[in-house]
Amino acid sequence: MSTDHNFSVVGKSLPRSDGRIKAVGAAQYADDIFLPGMLFGKLLRSPVAHARIKSIDTSAAEALPGVKCVITGQDIPKVKYGNWRLVPESQDEYALAIDKVRFIGDEVAAVAALDKDSAEEAIRLIKVEYEELPGAYSVEESLADNAPVIHDEYHQDIPNISLDRKIEYGDLDKAFAEADLVLDDVFTVHATSHAYMEPCSCVAEYDHDGRLTIWTSTQAPYFVQCLLASTLEMRENDIRVIKPFVGGGFGGKMEMRPWEFCAAFIARKLGRPVKFTLTREEELATGRRRHPMRIHSKVGFSKEGMLLAKEFNVHLDGGAYNSMGPTACFLCGNFGAMLYNYPNYRYYGAHVYTNKPPAGAMRGFGAPQALFVAETQMNVAAEKLGIDPVDIRLMNAMETGDEIPGVATISSCGFKESLIKVAEMTNWREKRKNLKPGQGLGLGCYSFISGGVFNWFNTRYNFTSAEVRAFDDGTVHLMTMASDIGQGCDTVLRQILAEELGLKVSDIRLTAADTAVTPQADLGTWGSRVTLMAGNAVRKAAQEIKEELFRMVSLKFDLNVIHDLRCGDGKIYPANRPDRAVPFGEAVRMAQRAKRGEPVIGYGSYTPRNKGLVTPAFSFGAQVAECEVDKETGAVEVKFMTTAHDCGTPINPMSVEGQLEGSVHMGLGYALSEQFIMKEGKTLTTTFLDYKIPCAEDMPPGISVHVDTYEPDGPFGAKEAGEGLVSPTAPAIADAVYAATGYRCMDLPLTPQKVLAGMNKI
Amino acid sequence: MKKELITLNINGDDHEIAVYPWRTLNEVLRDQLHLTGTKLGCGTGDCGACTVLLDGQSVSSCLTLAVEAQGQKITTIEGLALEAAANKDLEKCELDPIQESFIAKGAIQCGFCTPGMIMSTKFLLDHTPKPTEAEIRAGLSGNLCRCTGYNKIVDAIADAAEKISPTK
Ligand code: FES
Ligand code: FES
Repeated sequence: MSTDHNFSVVGKSLPRSDGRIKAVGAAQYADDIFLPGMLFGKLLRSPVAHARIKSIDTSAAEALPGVKCVITGQDIPKVKYGNWRLVPESQDEYALAIDKVRFIGDEVAAVAALDKDSAEEAIRLIKVEYEELPGAYSVEESLADNAPVIHDEYHQDIPNISLDRKIEYGDLDKAFAEADLVLDDVFTVHATSHAYMEPCSCVAEYDHDGRLTIWTSTQAPYFVQCLLASTLEMRENDIRVIKPFVGGGFGGKMEMRPWEFCAAFIARKLGRPVKFTLTREEELATGRRRHPMRIHSKVGFSKEGMLLAKEFNVHLDGGAYNSMGPTACFLCGNFGAMLYNYPNYRYYGAHVYTNKPPAGAMRGFGAPQALFVAETQMNVAAEKLGIDPVDIRLMNAMETGDEIPGVATISSCGFKESLIKVAEMTNWREKRKNLKPGQGLGLGCYSFISGGVFNWFNTRYNFTSAEVRAFDDGTVHLMTMASDIGQGCDTVLRQILAEELGLKVSDIRLTAADTAVTPQADLGTWGSRVTLMAGNAVRKAAQEIKEELFRMVSLKFDLNVIHDLRCGDGKIYPANRPDRAVPFGEAVRMAQRAKRGEPVIGYGSYTPRNKGLVTPAFSFGAQVAECEVDKETGAVEVKFMTTAHDCGTPINPMSVEGQLEGSVHMGLGYALSEQFIMKEGKTLTTTFLDYKIPCAEDMPPGISVHVDTYEPDGPFGAKEAGEGLVSPTAPAIADAVYAATGYRCMDLPLTPQKVLAGMNKI
Repeated sequence: MKKELITLNINGDDHEIAVYPWRTLNEVLRDQLHLTGTKLGCGTGDCGACTVLLDGQSVSSCLTLAVEAQGQKITTIEGLALEAAANKDLEKCELDPIQESFIAKGAIQCGFCTPGMIMSTKFLLDHTPKPTEAEIRAGLSGNLCRCTGYNKIVDAIADAAEKISPTK
């Protein structure tokens, strides 16, 4: 369908606009900023998993030469924060612990000093007396009778369940009674780290006129602005958040964090800039992570292979605070019923507190977990019913126009095409029959959202917005709070704008993600929302400009000559008389003159309204993993990955490919090598030597194709790319390992030990 | 312990600085000289974001003491661009072919691993002008990237190798 569209900038693999500044080492990330008189901050973290703070003595630290400030929970406003502002009781964190510590790494005090050495030394000199409490380190321990209550200050119906969610439609009992095959399994999936290469960092400055500016490694400047305002008891407009270059986020940088608060608080107190930068050890030992879950899934099929019913019970091991857990709990229920039509569905999800570092948002946001389970059960059912795994999926697959009762309508869907493509590309049916010992072929699929419609942050602004200023030299300036954290939206938004206005990407200046100058507001980079939502806002702003310029240009023509004006090649022209084009800059000059010097400015915004409960648009895809298992060592080697996916119109195909390849990397790590080893709440894997993300040599070769669809709700037909694809890799690999060994993994990650045990070798 | 006065030659310039003997080269580059193109991703020698060249040899600057680097030619990512840019104005200057290939081939996403990747590539191609794919991947084994999945980086390096030493 999208082949009818004749784009000139959209759909082109342009190199990213910030490639050069990054390649020469001139891109400034937060830790690269040095301001005159700047102090260096350091956090004191709890060494115990659950304890009451009896006393804190900071006198020795304060006496250390070079130390300018020491703060504890007693010094700061008693204001809790959290991203779910819509449900204030869910906001369960203080920037520095006031009463209790709830995980190893919980922030207890902060120091600012003239240099890093003194700050570190001062941290060691702070004496904290703890009254240790029993801890709970798993969902089971937290829900046991007499479990320690981790947040005792507010009521919970079931202790340690901070919130839950239910979804139900259809008649489950009847459907299960009629089913010919019922699978009833318990799965566990593990925590993983975002492992973005740039450790978190921020610099705060107070300008003596009541304004606080913070440069911070964030995915969501607006969230940081709002939550700093509430916790510092300042006005939003007095806080300026600037996103410098950000070295990756993957969901791990979308909240206000204690170091941002501490930098801001101390900068305001002393009138000096303050920088905090985390170490990798802090990141891995105490940072946010993907939710481990225990998932009980019961699913019923007819003997022909039709899905009849599913009951999906999920316990999220949330760690010590809610963080983004409520959203993961909400979305997991939706992902449990995605991809296929489940006529009868019941979901119960519970977010459980444990004395561990909090889990937060991470690429996939509940989908990698839910889809590992759903796809594995699909593969099991196919085998039990004697149907090819591709066929059983085709039978049940969602299509354009399908409805998830009360939740969403699928406005574009290339799922079946993706399945057919991967089967063709891998020669699936033949190859599966001719596997050598130790070889396996496995299938996994995914669907994902293009941003959320649910306003849990409780913003009073539109979800995205953009301002475009036109200049009479034929250029425009795009202002947007959308945040490029490496995924490339600065380039993609310029492409969208250039396409709409008929300009070149190089004619577009961009100022992004500075809350003082870019229009209110944008909820940030997460949930694969930016291309669709910010893209739509940019298009609308451009359309306002066009409307104004077209009015001017039409003055030059007889009414009966023009029917249709177009933008292209830096000009505005009647469709039937391209020879009579007016240069874009000249049209701007005419409009300015007509308004006696007022500039030409367009404003656009986007908020998904009447788009169901989850998202305006879903992406789809399928992936086949070819693996070899060493039967002596249990080691799994992925030999080849084949992917077919539907992201609507790829605005920048090279960028989409990069997202896809990055997703395979993260999915591979999730399946095989990445895990936190924990002991009583303590994370033992605190370096990249122990926490193993795949390196260049670990990456399998692969091939991918894009299935052509056009998303009516997206800019030029675009929708999500690059987050959903992190989900199919683990179930595809696990399925291939089953084919190779007979071991069906229901407990990620797939370590060599588990594979050997699964083959009864140990 | 007292600070020592040392001279470091970085990208062709001599810098005289006072450092504690335990200061790493990474700390001196970033915190003292504000040459922030060289990154710090882990501090334990595992990620390669801090890679620089010492007399043409790639090292992790987070594991190298500043005092050890005396008397050697230190090249950082900033220097690589400078060498290529010498005597041209910035707009027109061609970058090092490695940098150009990284940009053109989509090998850069967040860019945080990029300076280290490029310096490791410089070392690789100086010693192995026509690397096989396996040699490229092995040459990058000390550099982690979380964004790209490495494939486009490998493509960029092959492209740069071809530009630097074309196959006839
Ligand atoms: S910072 Fe030196 S290897 Fe990671
Ligand atoms: S581009 Fe982000 S870590 Fe490599």
